[in-house]
Amino acid sequence: MSQDLLFQLNGVSKSFVKGKEEISIFSDLNLTIERGDFVAIMGPSGSGKTTLLNMLGGVDQPSGGEVSFDGARVDNLSESALTRWRAHNIGFIFQFYNLMPMLNAARNVELPLLLTKLSKAQRRKNVETALALVGLSDRAKHMPSEMSGGQQQRVAIARAIVSDPKLLLCDEPTGDLDRTTADEILEMLQLLNRDHGKTIVMVTHDPAAAKYANRTLHLDKGKFVQRELVA
Amino acid sequence: MSQIAAVAVMNIRSLPRRLWMSLAMVLASAVVVAILLAFLAMARGFEATMSGAGSDAVALMMREGSQAELNSVIGRDQVNLIEEAPGIARDADGPLVSPELYVIVDGIKKGTGGKANIPLRGLDARGMAMRGNMQLLEGRMFTPGTNEMIVGAGILREFDGFQLGNEIRFGKNVWTVVGVFSTGGNVFESELWADAKMIQSHYNRGSSYQTIRAQLENPGNLEPLKAYIDAEPQLNLELKTESAYFAEQGKQLQYMAIFGRVISFIMALGALAGALNTMYTSVADRAKEIATLRALGFGNFSAFCGTIAEALVLAAAGGLLGSLAAFVFFDGLNASTLGGSFTQVVFSFDMSPDLFVQGAVLALLIGFLSGFFPAWRAARMPVIVAFRNGA
Ligand SMILES: Nc1ncnc2c1ncn2[C@@H]1O[C@H](COP(=O)(O)OP(=O)(O)O)[C@@H](O)[C@H]1O
Ligand SMILES: [Mg+2]
Repeated sequence: MSQDLLFQLNGVSKSFVKGKEEISIFSDLNLTIERGDFVAIMGPSGSGKTTLLNMLGGVDQPSGGEVSFDGARVDNLSESALTRWRAHNIGFIFQFYNLMPMLNAARNVELPLLLTKLSKAQRRKNVETALALVGLSDRAKHMPSEMSGGQQQRVAIARAIVSDPKLLLCDEPTGDLDRTTADEILEMLQLLNRDHGKTIVMVTHDPAAAKYANRTLHLDKGKFVQRELVA
Repeated sequence: MSQIAAVAVMNIRSLPRRLWMSLAMVLASAVVVAILLAFLAMARGFEATMSGAGSDAVALMMREGSQAELNSVIGRDQVNLIEEAPGIARDADGPLVSPELYVIVDGIKKGTGGKANIPLRGLDARGMAMRGNMQLLEGRMFTPGTNEMIVGAGILREFDGFQLGNEIRFGKNVWTVVGVFSTGGNVFESELWADAKMIQSHYNRGSSYQTIRAQLENPGNLEPLKAYIDAEPQLNLELKTESAYFAEQGKQLQYMAIFGRVISFIMALGALAGALNTMYTSVADRAKEIATLRALGFGNFSAFCGTIAEALVLAAAGGLLGSLAAFVFFDGLNASTLGGSFTQVVFSFDMSPDLFVQGAVLALLIGFLSGFFPAWRAARMPVIVAFRNGA
């Protein structure tokens, strides 16, 4: 096993029971993600991209198979252990930003730090650093409703990185943004990957977005399939 | 834990999104608490009025089996025997024994204009001498042998026509109000006092009385007097301390406290149903925020506590509002109701601090119960809700 291996999925299956029917989404999924990778996952709507991302993030549990993170199994952790594991290792970036509407930008970014033992002063310093990194130092006191979609997503990115997790999981991070803004966000993710060593897994249906990644996986009917890269 | 505090603060700051439902919950809790407090204060006030009246140092004698002063008849001969009895205090003028009359007259209530019964008590000089807590607020004492009377302050507040100097007709007789007295807020303030001899003659009582009061040599010790009455075949009297007598009468309104608790319990169930609805709506409204926080690594215990905290804050705000309303509208409010002898007893609602504690307990109970199951749902909210599409 390589030192650089961060995530490993071995024969992972996932199915949902709907009424009497059992709907299988994946039957035998294998995937390895190395430390420092930037992986894009593409595929048609309903192919299970979000479900896969949720399993990587410990938000959803596989029906079978093994998921290992940093050499340790995470698919059999208890709910509270998974919650703590998420707090330490994962930063989520959502399509619709999922900011707390009643908190200003700085307070939103501070949220993951409330789960740490950092002092108030230390928390404020980290929040300032994260907001500076996404170029929003001057918006710390602004409410989400006072910001554009791109700005809100940048606050969400600051929130995802403030506690310095190893892995960023992004579900359609630019799905709600116009092209120019989307490119800004994607450049930011690329920067986080390249200069700050964050491993990133990004779900997207946008080929232009996928081009920012180091590699792209195509998910279709529960399997990864080879695709010609469109230039 | 800072995460629980943070979640609670976020929940409370999201309240404006659910303004009307939240206000409805506050209001429902307020009404329930206000009603509970009003009934308890009423019962408390009545009891205070009745029990404050009686003295341990005074023995009250009525004919056996009469229950209340109004129904009793006692002859002059029995009064004479009691004046010879042991265990009774004496002063320079002899034993402190007060034979009294107690008749009912009509009064017109202020506000409603309805007729109600007022007790007219006949007293002699000994009776006045025994009432150390009586204070004349206005005017002077009645003169024995005249149609003069003094009126209790409670009567003046609740009934028309008893102002100082007024002439009042009861049946064929016209009385003049020459004084207003206070006995410190107790039941005697709901009475009219006049000369016993005048009442005997106007109401054809000959030389009979209705009750005898006697100042005890040793407060609370009825034993010598009781032995004397038991040994004397001519004395068929029931003997108790005056405080015991009024305490018994006061208990009659205990049902108001019970009734109040039952009513507010039923209403609390209604408020609880509404509050549960409010809190379930709150959890549904915050579903995405709860799930997002869980995705960030917040525990489900913080989701539970945050919801409970929101419910407690709303219910407590209601309890505070209800207590405030009860205090503003009911504390010291005068009311009159039927006392022991089917006469009107004037009393004040008594909003004492321990009642507020009961109100607060009720409000917090509503908050906790209405928050518990929705909080449970919040704690079990699937984290994948955070990824559901749609803002
Ligand atoms: N909780 C669930 N219960 C039942 N079916 C589900 C559930 N979550 C997802 N699915 C189904 O799984 C499939 C994959 O969903 P998803 O991972 O959201 O796809 P994608 O993100 O690629 O559009 C869809 O057909 C969806 O209806
Ligand atoms: Mg999806």
